[in-house]
Parts: sequence; C-alpha cells; structure tokens
Amino acid sequence: MLGYLANRTLLMIPTLVGVAILIFFMLRVVPGDIVEVKLRGDGGSVTQETIEKERARLGLDQPMIVQFGQWMTGLATLNLGNSMWTDRPVVEEISLRLELTLQVALMATVIAILIAIPLGTLSALFKDTWIDYTIRIVTIAGLAVPSFWLGMIIILGLLYLFNWLPPITYTPFYVDPVANISQLIWPALAVGYRYSAVVARMVRSSIVEVMKEDYIRTARAKGVYEKLVVSRHAMRNAMLPAITVIGLEFAFLIGGLVVTEQVFNLNGLGRLFVQAISRNDFTLIQSIVMLIAVVFIVTNLVVDLLYAWLDPRIRYGSK
Amino acid sequence: MTPQTATLPPPLLSVEDLHVHFVTSRGVVRAVEGVSYEIRPGEVLAIVGESGCGKSVSSLAVMRLLAKPAGRVVHGRIMFEGVNLLDLSDEEMRERRGRDISMIFQEPMTSLNPVLPIGLQIKEPLFIHLKMTEEQAQARAVELLKMVGITDPERRLDQYPHQFSGGMRQRVMIAIGLACNPKLIIADEPTTALDVTIQAQILELMKELSRKLNIALIVITHNLGVVARYADRVNVMYAARVVEQGTADQVFLAPRHPYAMGLMRSVPRLDQPRGLKLETIEGLPPNLLDPPKGCRFAARCAFKADICAQDPPLVEIEAGHFSACLRAPELAAGTLAPAPQARVDAGARVAKDAPPLLDVQGLKKFFTVTRKGGLFSNTTSQVRAVNDVSFKIAPGETLGLVGESGCGKTTIGRLVLRLENPTEGAIKFKGEDIAAKSLNELRDIRRKIQVIFQDPYSSLNPRMTIGQIIAEPLMVYKIVPNAKAAAERVAELLVQVGLFAYMAERYPHEMSGGQRQRVGIARALAMEPEFIVCDEPVSALDVSIQGQIINLLENLQHKLNLTYLFIAHDLAVVRHISDRVVVMYLGRLMEMADGDALYAEPLHPYTKALLDAAPVPDPSVERARAPRALKGETPSPLNPPSGCVFHTRCPLADGDCKNIVPEPREVKPGHFVACIKV
Repeated sequence: MLGYLANRTLLMIPTLVGVAILIFFMLRVVPGDIVEVKLRGDGGSVTQETIEKERARLGLDQPMIVQFGQWMTGLATLNLGNSMWTDRPVVEEISLRLELTLQVALMATVIAILIAIPLGTLSALFKDTWIDYTIRIVTIAGLAVPSFWLGMIIILGLLYLFNWLPPITYTPFYVDPVANISQLIWPALAVGYRYSAVVARMVRSSIVEVMKEDYIRTARAKGVYEKLVVSRHAMRNAMLPAITVIGLEFAFLIGGLVVTEQVFNLNGLGRLFVQAISRNDFTLIQSIVMLIAVVFIVTNLVVDLLYAWLDPRIRYGSK
Repeated sequence: MTPQTATLPPPLLSVEDLHVHFVTSRGVVRAVEGVSYEIRPGEVLAIVGESGCGKSVSSLAVMRLLAKPAGRVVHGRIMFEGVNLLDLSDEEMRERRGRDISMIFQEPMTSLNPVLPIGLQIKEPLFIHLKMTEEQAQARAVELLKMVGITDPERRLDQYPHQFSGGMRQRVMIAIGLACNPKLIIADEPTTALDVTIQAQILELMKELSRKLNIALIVITHNLGVVARYADRVNVMYAARVVEQGTADQVFLAPRHPYAMGLMRSVPRLDQPRGLKLETIEGLPPNLLDPPKGCRFAARCAFKADICAQDPPLVEIEAGHFSACLRAPELAAGTLAPAPQARVDAGARVAKDAPPLLDVQGLKKFFTVTRKGGLFSNTTSQVRAVNDVSFKIAPGETLGLVGESGCGKTTIGRLVLRLENPTEGAIKFKGEDIAAKSLNELRDIRRKIQVIFQDPYSSLNPRMTIGQIIAEPLMVYKIVPNAKAAAERVAELLVQVGLFAYMAERYPHEMSGGQRQRVGIARALAMEPEFIVCDEPVSALDVSIQGQIINLLENLQHKLNLTYLFIAHDLAVVRHISDRVVVMYLGRLMEMADGDALYAEPLHPYTKALLDAAPVPDPSVERARAPRALKGETPSPLNPPSGCVFHTRCPLADGDCKNIVPEPREVKPGHFVACIKV
C-alpha cells in the first residue's frame, strides 16, 4: 500500500513537468505584455527606457529557456516567486483565496453527495414511476440551470424573505464558524445543486445497471431482505462510477467557480485566475495552473484509493 | 390417481397449469403456457429444452424472481408443502427463499457479489433465516465449504470471488444453496459454463448431496447427457409447453413426442462412430409473440397430419409417461417410425498418402505477462499457451482439436491464421512456412486459409448487411470484377449454406443464431479457401441447430474438398466430425489418433478421464459406467507442473512423472501418446 502510494506520488512528477512546459510556453506564444499593460494600460506615457528597465527587473528580457530554468528551479525549491503585478509573493496571493475556494468546493461536494445518492438510488429503484420522473426532472433542471443564475435567485430570495444579505467581507472559519458557514453555504448550495444533478444521474444509471446483475438475483434467491439487497449488495458496486464523477467535478470546482464567486462577491481562486490572465501576470497564472494540476492529480489518486477500498479485485491487484 | 402413485410420498412441489407472460414493447410473449409438474423429496427432475422454451422462466416463477414488472404469472398454482406460493406476500415469500427453496444459477463468474467476501455471502442466509450468531454461522460456513470439497475453508472464507476459479465458485454457490438445509434446490444450467471434468465433479456432488440430505433437485439443462446421467424424471419443453414427461428411461429409450425423438437423434454421441449423418430438426422454434395454433412443433415435424391443427393435450400414454402428441399412440405402436440414419461415406475422400496440407512442427507460443509492482519492480512471467505441439493435416481431412479451457487449442487456431506470431516452430501450409512469411506474402496464403468463429452474435458487424459482410472480402481481394458480380456471388453463397438470396438485404440482428453462423460460413467460403479453421463453431448454438450446422460443414467439405481444423471442447461433436483427433492439456499435446481409435481405446490417462467425465445421452449406458470424476482442477498455465503437466491429477503418476517431460510416441500406427506409463 505504501509502496503504491510512493509510486503514484513519484509518477506525479513527469505529469507536472509536462503541465509546466505546456503552460509556460503557451503563455509566451500568446500576444500581450504585462509591462505594457501595467505602465501604459491607462494611457499613461512612459519612456521606452522605463519599460525596458521594468522588463529587466521582472526578468522578462532573459532568453525564454533561461526564464523557464529559473521558474523550474523555483518550483523545485517550492519558491513560486512574486506576482508580476502586485509584487507580493504568489503563495500569499493564492493561499487566502484557495482556503475560501476549497471550503466552498468541499461544502458543495458534501451537499451534492447528500442529495445525489438518496435521490439517484430512489430514482433507480422506482424506475419509470412518478418518483423516478420527478427526480429526473429535478436533476435535469440542475444540469440546465446555470449556477450563477441560481445564485442570484438565492440572494434575491434571502433578501426578499429574510431581508438578509450575505456579508461582503469574508470571515475565515477559524475566526467565526457560524458567520463563515452562513456566508459560504449559499454559493455551496448554488454549485452543489448542479453537482448533485450530475452525480445523481450517474448513481441512478449505475444502480439500474447493478440491479440487473446476476449477484443481485442470487441475493434475492437467498432470501436477503430487499433493503439489504440494495444497501449491501447493490450500493457498493454502484458507487464505483459515481466516485469517479464526484472526483472529477470536485477538481473542476477549484478554479472553475469564476462566475459564482462574482455573484456572491467572493474573492476566490477563480476570480484571481481571471484577473491574472487579463493582466498577463505570468508567474501567477503559471502557479495557479500548477496548483489546479496538483488538485486534479491528487483527486484522481484519492478516487483510485477509494476504488481499491471498495473493490477487492483492484485491491488484490488482479485483473 | 393410479394405485401405483398412491404409495409414493406426497409431492413437495407441484406446479399446476402455470402461465407466464412477459410484456415487451413488441407485444406479450407467452413464455410459459400450461406447464404442470410435480417433484417429491429426494427426487431429481430434469427440465430440458432449447433456449427460449420457457424452462428457466418456469423455475424463476417458482422462486417468484421473474424480472419485474415485465414478467408475471397470469394463471396457475405453485403448491409447495400445501401452500400456494403465488398467494404469499413478498415478505412471506422472502422467508421461504434460501430457507426452503434454493436456486443455483448458470453463471458462477457473475452470480457472486464481487465486492463481498464469500464468507459473508455464505453466512448471509444463516443470519437471516436461522438467526445464527457469528460463531455459529462461521462454524456452519466452514462445514459447508468442506461438504462441497473446498480445502482450507477457514482461510478461503475471507477471500473474494475473483480469487476462485469457475468450478470453485460454483461450489460456493452450492454451499450457499445448501446453507439452510433447503427442501428443494433449483439448479439452472449449473455446469454449462464449466469444463467437462469440473462439470462431472459438480454434478456428482449435487447428486450425492441430494441423496444424502433427501433434497429434491430440479436441474434445468440443455445437455441431454447430463439428464441421462443424473435425472430420475424428465420434462421436455418446447415453445413454452411441456411436450413430454416421464422417467429418464421412458423419455430416452422410448420417446413418444416427435420433438423429443428428434432431440435424442440430433445430438452427436460419444459412443457412436463417425460416418452416421446427424439427424436434424429442420427449421426454427416458433416466435412466442405470435405462436401458431394447434401443435407448436407441427411446422418442423416429420409426422405432421391434419389432426395436428388441434391443440394437443399432455396425456398419459403409460404409467407416469406423458406426451403432448396426438399421434403418440401410433408412435408407441411403431406404425410411425423415423427413417433410419443416413450414412456418409467417410474416409474415402482423405488422400492419406498425399503430402500434408498443413504441417505444424514444434509449435510454441509463450505470452509474457507483466505483473505490476512498484515503479521499477515489475515482474514478468510466461504463460506457455502452446508448448511444443506437432501435427499434420492431410488434404480433405478434418483434424479435431479438443481440450478444456486454457489448454491452448484456440491459440493454435490463431497461430495457424497468423493472428499471433509463434514463439518458435514452423507452420507449413503446402510446404511454405506461414510463420516466416511477411505480411505481404501472407495475403495470398490468407485467401486459402479461412476461419469460422465461435460467437455468431459478436463476430458479424451489426451495421453491415449480410450481403455487405459476405461481399467485403470478394471486393478487397478483387475476386469478382464488379459489384454486380459480387451480388451474384453472394446470392450463390447464401444458397450454398442453406439460406435464401433475399437475406443479403438483412442485418445480423434480424437473423437467428444458427442463421448467423451460416452467414459466417458463407463469408469464409467467399474466398474459395482450401483450409478452414473452425473455432468452436457450434458451441453457442442449441442442440437441434448444432446438428444442422455440423451437417452443413460436412456437406461442404465433400462438395468443395475442404480441409478443417476443428477446435471444440465438446468431445461428442469432435468425435462426430473428425477423422483424427488431437487432445491437448495445458499447452501440450497429450494424445493424437484416428478418431474412432481414440474414442474406442484411449491410451492417455487424461483422454480417459475426459471421456469418463463426458456424459452420454442414454441412461442405460450411463448406469453401466462407474462415476470416475477426475480430481482437482487444471493448474495455472503461469506455473505449470514440472515434468508431465498432467501428473498432479493423474491416477498413474509416480515420481518419474515429475521429472520427465514425455514426448509423444507412436504407440500403435498413427496413434501418438505423450505418457511414459503407457
């Protein structure tokens, strides 16, 4: 088990190097120059000399391969450098936003799982009855409704019904858990609804599949209680594909929540990402991309470990 | 009731006039119509019939496990110990399932839950029905595994299904079935997915347990040999109805329904020499969406008369023997009798002195298997799929290749087709080594060597019409000048394999299994080959269809002077079609001889065991044979035994067999045996 973990962790390195090469050179192929935007963006007239000086200060006058080398050295020593725009360390820029985004993503995941598994299971067990149809309408709606629109409806609803608006400033969890949760639960709900719709549909179809399996018939032939047939024999097998979807969606939420963050006025990673791109802030963009890549890889690893935990065929390393 | 039956104990289960319907998008399928039967404690009842005849559905109805909501019982009673199971609530029925009635299913590979340890799966009914504690259940589970012949039960209880072989899983299924000491076990094709030596082990076990524990056993099967060996009574089903019912002797020795008679005569038999043409039942079973009026079998029956337009009732023609044929009295009196079996002229067409068409020498195929360890610690091992096999096939000859799963027979077929590259050895076709050819040079040879695959369902492209499928090789190899000529050739080929020219417009899903296999044969013939590799060509087909395809292959061989390599696991089919037979085990050739000589006088202990294990569809023959099931299972080809690969299961083995790899020796003219003890 530990060997497997070590193996997978080592395998992260080539993947991350690949991502680093791609993002680094792609950024430099795209037109746009942070120094131009920063110094001449508001129509200010600045001498060419100042521009050159600023470029030299940021290291942008170096040959590309040297810049890449410097960045890779930084990555290897976990020194991400400073934002080219604000000059603050990238770590500082990201960490506060990551904390917020991660919390929203985790809460959305919990909400999604709590809604999706019972709904998907009910829908599958009562396939083609009114229960199934109702749940399917709800989940289709979840896929069709954009989460920012749902977010706006939630905010308007809160304002209209309780005359309450989510606070504008962010309160970290360790400062005031109640204020923190009451602020973040709404975006988590808005995102979690769509998330749960995706997962519920997966749960439904995989339970429908599993209920047709021979071993379900065997369980019934043994006289196993119907409840136990579902909970012990069907659910565990049906969870495998659902876990994959949950993992993928979770990784997507890190950095994918731009519009929702905007609606709820949250200073999250998605917003930072968009800002960095519009400013051509290379170091910040690169760092965020690397972070998202790490999140994807780690989520996949967790999914694989869950698979192994649920499925002995994987655990014992046979086909 | 006759005085004779009055002395018998009352029936445990009696099914009375059962009707089951399935509602489908195309209409109502009447899957079971008016089926009645009884079974008493300790009795073994076999239900035989071809796919779709309602044999499985009628027993799922007994368990009340029909697929909901499509399937339902519309009429009839299922009396079990005086209670009509159909009147019970779902909860009352659940209490009986697994406790009073158990069911064992066909597919041991998929019938156990892959994510639960088998211990839990065995203990589950003990907890639920007998309210046992963990310790009691553990003790009982260990006892059950011992009873079904699984060694080291304490350890194995913690293992998962994928760590068991197919035969072992079926034993686990039987252990689950026996867990609560049921009064009735329904076994639905319990050994169809298993190899013949394992089949014998499982069936012996079930029969012995049912005798010992006085359990009534219903065995659903299509294998008449299994019925002859194990059943007390037999129900023959056809198109949703029971057409004949009686003791095994009555049904096998004096069948009184033309379908049952045809079935008995269309099965190739181990104890019959080559040369007899297989009797077949022409045509197909009726569609149960819209079954014909009157006798369902009339359309395929040789004795059809005007009277057959009436619905035939199941009537008792002698004590305990029922037939649903209006002409049964005439059949019994012998005034109606089937024509004697036609002989085919065997042997003469084989040019024994001519140079061999195919000459395989020292063929080896090793697959490298990589087992993933850490990043740098992958271990590789070799599967010796084919190990040093040599044989020759003369022009016009059929060489049968038999063996159990994993013996390498299919790999040999693939090597001959050059779908795999041999590790070592030569495959000479007309003197040219196929193994050494480049892909370009192979093109010409490939025209002469064709293949017929096992599964007619997955080997035809579902999006192409039959015409396109057959014409494709014609166009690719430019055998015909244009599309019009191709269409003409396709029509000719379809007629040649017993289909109709208009079927070229159809898609594979519009045809039955037997028809698709004919299409596969037509596709192979399109290339005008000299040599055809037949890889299990009939094992996916029903008995009556199987006979049709075998006869077709034989007729084509005569007409077109074809040479066959016939790969199969069914010893009786191989005996029927082959001039010479090669028996393989774990990649090695065990015995090679003339077909009749091999079956009459097998020399290798493995061949003997195989022949002993395969049942013959004749209860009188079966009773005379001692049950001698081969012990143990085939070892993994990853780690084959040293010396003679068979020594771990061989009754003759001693110390020498562990060390000496036996070479095939010519013990008698043309009879090769790889055994040092012969």
